[in-house]
Amino acid sequence: MAVEVTTNPIPKNSAARAPANLRVRISKSMAADRSAAFELRAAVVVPAGITILFGASGAGKTTLLNCIAGVTRPDSGDIEINGHSVYDSAKGVSIPPQQRGVGYVFQDLALFPHLSVEKNIAYGVGKMSVSERESRVEVILQSFGIGHLRSRKPGEISGGEKQRVAIARALALNPRALLLDEPMAALDRPTKSRIMEDLRAWNDGRQIPVLYVTHNREEVFALGASVLVMENGRIIAQGTPHEVMTAPQQEAVAQLAGFENIFVANVVAVHEERGTMVCRIAGTSLELETPLVRSQTGEELRVGISAGDILLATTFPVGISARNILRGTVVSMLQRDVIVTAKINCGIEFAAHLTLAARDSLHLKPGSEIWLIIKTHSCHLMRV
Amino acid sequence: MDWQALWLTLRLAILVAAALLVIGVPIAYWITYSRWRWKFLIEAVVALPVVLPPTVLGFYVLVALGPKSPLGTWWISLTGHSLAFTFQGILIGSVIYSLPFAVQPFAASFAAVDERLLVASSTLGASSLSTFRRVILPLSVPGLVTGAALSFAHTMGEFGVVLMVGGDIPGLTRTLSISVYDQVQALNYAAANYTSVVLLAISFTLLAVIYGLNRRIWAVWPWK
Repeated sequence: MAVEVTTNPIPKNSAARAPANLRVRISKSMAADRSAAFELRAAVVVPAGITILFGASGAGKTTLLNCIAGVTRPDSGDIEINGHSVYDSAKGVSIPPQQRGVGYVFQDLALFPHLSVEKNIAYGVGKMSVSERESRVEVILQSFGIGHLRSRKPGEISGGEKQRVAIARALALNPRALLLDEPMAALDRPTKSRIMEDLRAWNDGRQIPVLYVTHNREEVFALGASVLVMENGRIIAQGTPHEVMTAPQQEAVAQLAGFENIFVANVVAVHEERGTMVCRIAGTSLELETPLVRSQTGEELRVGISAGDILLATTFPVGISARNILRGTVVSMLQRDVIVTAKINCGIEFAAHLTLAARDSLHLKPGSEIWLIIKTHSCHLMRV
Repeated sequence: MDWQALWLTLRLAILVAAALLVIGVPIAYWITYSRWRWKFLIEAVVALPVVLPPTVLGFYVLVALGPKSPLGTWWISLTGHSLAFTFQGILIGSVIYSLPFAVQPFAASFAAVDERLLVASSTLGASSLSTFRRVILPLSVPGLVTGAALSFAHTMGEFGVVLMVGGDIPGLTRTLSISVYDQVQALNYAAANYTSVVLLAISFTLLAVIYGLNRRIWAVWPWK
């Protein structure tokens, strides 16, 4: 599984220019508060289509978007949209946001409260004849299914409808790139996915780069063909959602990806030919078979295991493909909603999820002796 | 009842409010959005009429309009007569006197417009001027109405500046408040009372209507 970590700046003019893309290579430092200074240092190419920018709050996602839109000025670097330079510190170029042609949908949408839906959408449509302007607005209203709301004010429509208006407003100016800053954080999933389908359909015909910011990992799998992971102002991983989220190389990604079990482990054996290796969890004699990553015997790594990937058995399982079978004692059982989290001591404590029915049929309670079954490929390795 | 003074006062107050809408809006815009480090000095100058005795302000305006000042000399060369003791003179004095009562509500309402709307407007291609016209001004209507109403009311009740700059010329510079003063000086209390009641009624009615129309920002208004 290839995870490309873009720590090196992208060489300019290195590849033939794609017809539509967004190239960013900037740095920007800002005083987050009195003590900690925050530095954004990002180098990335966003191709046409939808790319997810994923990261925890405070990772610098909004700052990156602001720099691309021209709302915030980076300290140095360059930004190109479809081959046109919109910012270049070396040449002293910084095109104001009005002329960048970047559609920006804000986290809080920022719809104009005194204007109707139709006028909000027409706001950015440039100088053109009245009939041309009307037809442009009409197409957008229909594409996003908000034609019936045209004369309402933003205060009179629902949250999902506001999202549609905000996206439609940004797209009405035929932008060269579209930035969406967690615009749907407050929406339920069906509403969200219908809006994304409309956005995807709209973009299919136009193929502009769309950068969609989220800190919700469900959205990463649901929306994107391509994901950028951001942490502490840096892009730390780029790839497909599966590549980035299931084989994390950095602990930051792992925590975002939601591993309940993270252990420090040492490589004790490497089996190149089988594509696996064996790691011993630090401070225990527990050995786990894991997928092969580039590493050496004795090297310290972290192993992440999702609590949902651990199977439990009351007797030692035979005739099973899983390679890691550990013996342990149930320490506690905690029910939250319909999921039970069992804490199991195997020399070190594991968390495993099970259903209510599984708990009852296995008669699990604190003190029960139990076997843990973990597939090799459920062990995700990360650099320390 | 001095109907001539009433008409003159209303005319003066309406013109002051109109002039301050024209002059006050750019000043308030500048005060709201300028990042000049010495901006506070300009803000202090704009607020001076609030604390300065009207006689002091009136004295300076009189000197500035008089034949020995550059402004006065220029005006005399243009029109042949001095601005002092004229209706235009008290209009200028009144505009300065009421400036903070217009600029401060204007600036407060501009500042209350969500900055994110301005950023959104710029990413949608609108220039600063266009953003001001299409976003800031329409969202500041309550503040504009308040500023205009306050400067109107302030001018209705003005005394010191008008007396210093305009004197007491019937039909030209004698406003209602000066008329009341004259009537009291002449021990004509009945007439003074009558004029005062009329002034009170007009001022209250106008303010009530304006604030009523604008009542969202006045939480004390009795009904919604």
